[in-house]
Amino acid sequence: MVKKPRWAVYLVIFIVLLFIPRFFSIFNLMLFEYGLTFAIVGLGFNLLLGYTGLLSFGHGAYFAVGAYTVGMIAKYLPEAYSLELLIPAALLFSLILSVIFGFLCVRHTKIFFSILALSLSMLLYALLFKLYHITGGSDGLRIPLPTLLGMSFKGIRRPEFLSGTYYYFLLVLFAVSCLIMRGIVGSPFGKALQAIRDNEVRAELIGIRVRRYRLYAFILSGMFVGLGGALWSFVNGHVTADLSHWVFSGEIVYMTLLGGFGIFEGPIVGAIFFTYLKLYAMGNTQYWMFVIGGTLIVLVLLLPNGVAGAFAILLAKLKRKKTLGGTAC
Amino acid sequence: MLTVDSLKKYFGFVRAVDDINLEIREGEIVSIIGTNGAGKTTLVNLISGYLKPDGGRILFFDKDITYASPYVRIKLGVGRSFQLIQLFGNCSVLDNVRTALFSKYGMIRRALLPADRYSSVTDEAMKILYNFNMADKKDLTPTGLSEGDLKILDIAIAFALKSKLLLLDEPTSGVATSDKFKVMDSIVSAIKREGVSTLIIEHDMDIVSGYSDRVIVMHEGKIMAEGKPDEIMENKEVKSTVFGIVS
Repeated sequence: MVKKPRWAVYLVIFIVLLFIPRFFSIFNLMLFEYGLTFAIVGLGFNLLLGYTGLLSFGHGAYFAVGAYTVGMIAKYLPEAYSLELLIPAALLFSLILSVIFGFLCVRHTKIFFSILALSLSMLLYALLFKLYHITGGSDGLRIPLPTLLGMSFKGIRRPEFLSGTYYYFLLVLFAVSCLIMRGIVGSPFGKALQAIRDNEVRAELIGIRVRRYRLYAFILSGMFVGLGGALWSFVNGHVTADLSHWVFSGEIVYMTLLGGFGIFEGPIVGAIFFTYLKLYAMGNTQYWMFVIGGTLIVLVLLLPNGVAGAFAILLAKLKRKKTLGGTAC
Repeated sequence: MLTVDSLKKYFGFVRAVDDINLEIREGEIVSIIGTNGAGKTTLVNLISGYLKPDGGRILFFDKDITYASPYVRIKLGVGRSFQLIQLFGNCSVLDNVRTALFSKYGMIRRALLPADRYSSVTDEAMKILYNFNMADKKDLTPTGLSEGDLKILDIAIAFALKSKLLLLDEPTSGVATSDKFKVMDSIVSAIKREGVSTLIIEHDMDIVSGYSDRVIVMHEGKIMAEGKPDEIMENKEVKSTVFGIVS
């Protein structure tokens, strides 16, 4: 039934992931959940960077919108505070924001695009930060435990919630996100985006409306990031305006680079790797920024294709040795 | 099918295209030759919509496209290749052609099923690659191709758009001399099979003479001579200014 080995590997990984709560401590499981939410973010971000060739330094904004959608509904509309409503709401609001911001951003490319995306996200940051009475300002918003399909988690502590129902909920959404994104990048639409990335002039010449397709990619990307943000908020239990700050956007860029943006799985690997790297660096030294920065330098100099890229090259080399002369990928 | 009527384009004092009239009939292969700076590429840019003319008219199947955008012209059927190759560098050869087909059929909005599932489009892309002798290279990316193959692929993309008129800007520039005729053979045989009207820009008469129904000689923005390839070869004025032969 499974024709390609890649899908078999995916299936095995998914099954392994199903059993992770049995082996991981609560602490490690929470870290892993952070990783998974960022993996969804990375997938979305990479549609723009890896497949459309646009580097955004403002994707924290859509993350923040996803997370704040959850926070605001908890504060102002507690009767609708259930996961099956929160997720579509987060998708809707990140859609709206990315339509507006995207419309402005895709008029430019390269550094101009990056800076414009950054400044728009800082605009949102200022709003979230200053509108104290609505958004909680620098205090942010608390994220209580939601309900799911009528199931209430009252009286259950957050760690138990996170290691039980929520982990599987997150895992399913992660798997669905992967499948959808995989579909998108391999589809005619995805091919058109890659054509735009490779050669804008020629893409226009084969009849692709370049700006419009960039906007589509931007919106899809924003929605994935918004979904990641919403899912993240439950793990974190608290959202602050910092999510829309460019430093946080930079972290999204960083983890994508860490995994490798040339490869579909790159951002997933990068997100999970980054979560652990950051935490262990922070836990062991006060100079953790130094570790992160140092890793980036090593990455740029030695592994331009990221961790996943290096792994793929290694795998291809091994394969070639086995079947002398066979082509990779 | 294509009528160019006293077309003008000036860059400052330079008259790049100066009052040009020409006509291309259906299924015809016409070559424009001329020295560097004769205005050949400017003419192609005007016909394909990359430059807006300062005067004159361009009619395509009796439709005025003088000021239409490149996008509109492509939809009407004016395709072109480039002197400096324009390809999708990180996509496979197959995808280079296939994306053009998807775009042509308005299928690039489909975002869920993998491209391979649209087997009719894939088959058609493969047919085009066969036609251009590129089928065995379908999985390579353009970085792994020779200059001649890149040129052919560039034209195959324009071809995939089902252009009614192909504008080929120096299809063999940058190709090793020994390969030039091979490249031209591949291109012209594919074009003839489909009966697409073609305008070839070249500065080398030898390359186009065997393939063209008609040759137009341009010099300093004007048409100097026009006729069958062998007539042009014998034209004294052309000989001295374009080929540099003084008899």
